[in-house]
Amino acid sequence: MAITNRFWISLILSLPMLAEMILHPLGWMLPGGEWTMFVLTTIIMVVSAGPFWQSAWASFKKHHSNMDTLVAIGTATAYFYSVYAMITHQAVFFESAAFVTTFVLLGQVFEERMRNNASGAVEKLVNLQAKKATVMRNGEPVSVPLSEVAVGDVIRVKPGEKIAVDGVITKGNSAIDESMVTGESMPVEKRVGDHVIGSTVNGNGALMFKAEKVGKDTMLSQIVTLVKKAQNSHAPIQKLTDRVSNIFVPIVLIVAILTFLVWYVLIGTSMASALIFAVSVVVIACPCALGLATPTALMVGTGRSAKMGILIKNGEVLEAVNDITTVVFDKTGTITKGTPEVTDIVGDQKRVLTLAASLEADSEHPLAAAILTTAQTVGVAVKPVTNFQAVEGQGVKAVIDGQTAFVGNDKLLADFSVTPDLRKRAAKLQLAAKTVVFIGIGSRVVGLIAIQDAPKSTSKEAIAALKARGLKTVMLTGDNQQVAQAIAGRVGIDSVIADVLPADKATHVRELQKTGKVAFVGDGINDAPALTTADVGIAMGSGTDIAIESGGIVLVKNDLRDVDRALAISRKTFNRIKLNLFWAFIYNVLGIPVAAGVFYGIGLTLSPELAGLAMAFSSLSVVTSSVLLNRVKMTRSATNTF
Amino acid sequence: MLRILVLIVGLVLIGFIAWWFFGKHAVATETASVTNDVQQVDVDVNGGYSPERIVLKRGIPAVLNFTRRDSSSCLDRVVFPDFGINRELPQGEKQVIKVDTSKTGEFQWACGMDMFHGKLIIK
Repeated sequence: MAITNRFWISLILSLPMLAEMILHPLGWMLPGGEWTMFVLTTIIMVVSAGPFWQSAWASFKKHHSNMDTLVAIGTATAYFYSVYAMITHQAVFFESAAFVTTFVLLGQVFEERMRNNASGAVEKLVNLQAKKATVMRNGEPVSVPLSEVAVGDVIRVKPGEKIAVDGVITKGNSAIDESMVTGESMPVEKRVGDHVIGSTVNGNGALMFKAEKVGKDTMLSQIVTLVKKAQNSHAPIQKLTDRVSNIFVPIVLIVAILTFLVWYVLIGTSMASALIFAVSVVVIACPCALGLATPTALMVGTGRSAKMGILIKNGEVLEAVNDITTVVFDKTGTITKGTPEVTDIVGDQKRVLTLAASLEADSEHPLAAAILTTAQTVGVAVKPVTNFQAVEGQGVKAVIDGQTAFVGNDKLLADFSVTPDLRKRAAKLQLAAKTVVFIGIGSRVVGLIAIQDAPKSTSKEAIAALKARGLKTVMLTGDNQQVAQAIAGRVGIDSVIADVLPADKATHVRELQKTGKVAFVGDGINDAPALTTADVGIAMGSGTDIAIESGGIVLVKNDLRDVDRALAISRKTFNRIKLNLFWAFIYNVLGIPVAAGVFYGIGLTLSPELAGLAMAFSSLSVVTSSVLLNRVKMTRSATNTF
Repeated sequence: MLRILVLIVGLVLIGFIAWWFFGKHAVATETASVTNDVQQVDVDVNGGYSPERIVLKRGIPAVLNFTRRDSSSCLDRVVFPDFGINRELPQGEKQVIKVDTSKTGEFQWACGMDMFHGKLIIK
């Protein structure tokens, strides 16, 4: 029978006894007296409490004990003693057995609801998936169920429709709402060649895209798997409760017997009152709150952070975050955008850019790519060149419109004339750690282009937030000291370790670990060892699969500000676990002596029915506290994403 | 006289509880049988798990059939933290749980409240 039904039966049959308890001093008697109580309680015992007894017996045979053992022994003792007392015409306490059953079931009914509530986050994620997709088959749009979409299929998405799987846009452009996967509240503008994520919602444009990942491989499925694992993982702090819960119940039983013996044999009270103390001890000691403290908080915390685009892989990571003192960043792609960009053009913009773009049109150098991208956005046409010639270590030369033009670094300058003004501008740009390219025609330099892998717009704010938390920030990079220092200065990083070989990143992290726990933030393949070495590895979502695999926390949005949010939510969750455990422990530690009658002298005792109510309340308060994690306020920058 | 008798009974009971729960007792172990290239083990959930230790062979797909007979809400879920499995066990219904056997090692499983435990050994 369902717990809810068992609860209702038990509650309704308990009510007459409750009335008797309240109205007895006023002179009202329950019709039928003890006999009515006996009948009502017997029904409650068989129907509502019976399953506790069955379960307790089944685990007893396996040398195990659980909360049902305590409930079963508590109610059985009260019930059978009362039957004996009724026969021998002594005071009975049937109502204790009935009320305890009712309250314990009440606690379980609520707890069941809350637990379903706490684990709901993952199901919500799964439900985000589109159910159908419109696939082009032989040029005709055909609606097929999601499971039949294959890699390589071209899928049509109408405005407002859900994107079925991960893929690349082949036709059209649109603003796509990716908030359900990345937590980013603003729609993202996408065009041909851009990647789309399954389960996100298309905006106002029609799209065609080619499926690249389906089924288990889609980003959403991988997020769901990750979150599931995290929610069911164990936090190290839980080992304590694991150990406690194994020995807890037998110890409580022993304490209860001792309580009875002390009251009955040593102090010499009546058997009835000694039994009541023992039963109270058994009932109040249920360790459910202890067992629920960690898993429920972990479930809610990781579920909520997933909604924000922050994937925390397990409870161990959550706990480690708490002791972090230093955050180490990889430079390229983490603090900076990862691709060089043209930041300054000195001279006649159009002319300089035309020359540079024409000469670099066929180059594969990353700097050339930066120049070509800028030329494209500004709208400069590339001119045909002849006599193309690469000058080793200096740059390139070619003839454009009958004149020799060149693009190169300062080593080319020996052969060309530069005005003092340009020379000064160049020196200034170089000081800001920018790569300066000289552009000339004939024998004269006519302009400069400065190129830099610029910091992301959010990096500065992100670093400031971490420093406000009192964390030390460090940048690790393979670049030279000057470039590294310039970037660090712009975003506000405390210290810089430059000229680091990729293989040495982990060594530097280990070095920093000597002074405290270290978090490492990175995105590349070369960051994987450092991500694993650090106490907490934080992988940027744009990163390579191996980096994401190595990190303990994955930031889906590729926004550095999420580092601070990840630390914030981890700490909140871990603190909630500690709070829960504290209350659960305190509750048992204080409750047992009170129930055993230690404070009888000062008039403080706990009847079995009050103990039952308190027990239900403790489990309930722990689960409620965990669910409330969903409502905890995050820092201001974090709430903006909602 | 009665009180002394009660005292003795009480002390004996304490001794029995200590021996029964804390003493060393054999744990039910089962090695999976392989049929049609799938190893299967039926796990009875009643006041704990029987068997409580399951030995599987590495690399062969494995299926654990959990059937909960116990009405206790303590056992209404089974959790394999290492595999990210958290399955509801409706009473009296066989729940088929597929286990990834690609890695060797010892893996714990537990009930939803982490009170009952079982161990999976993949060799």
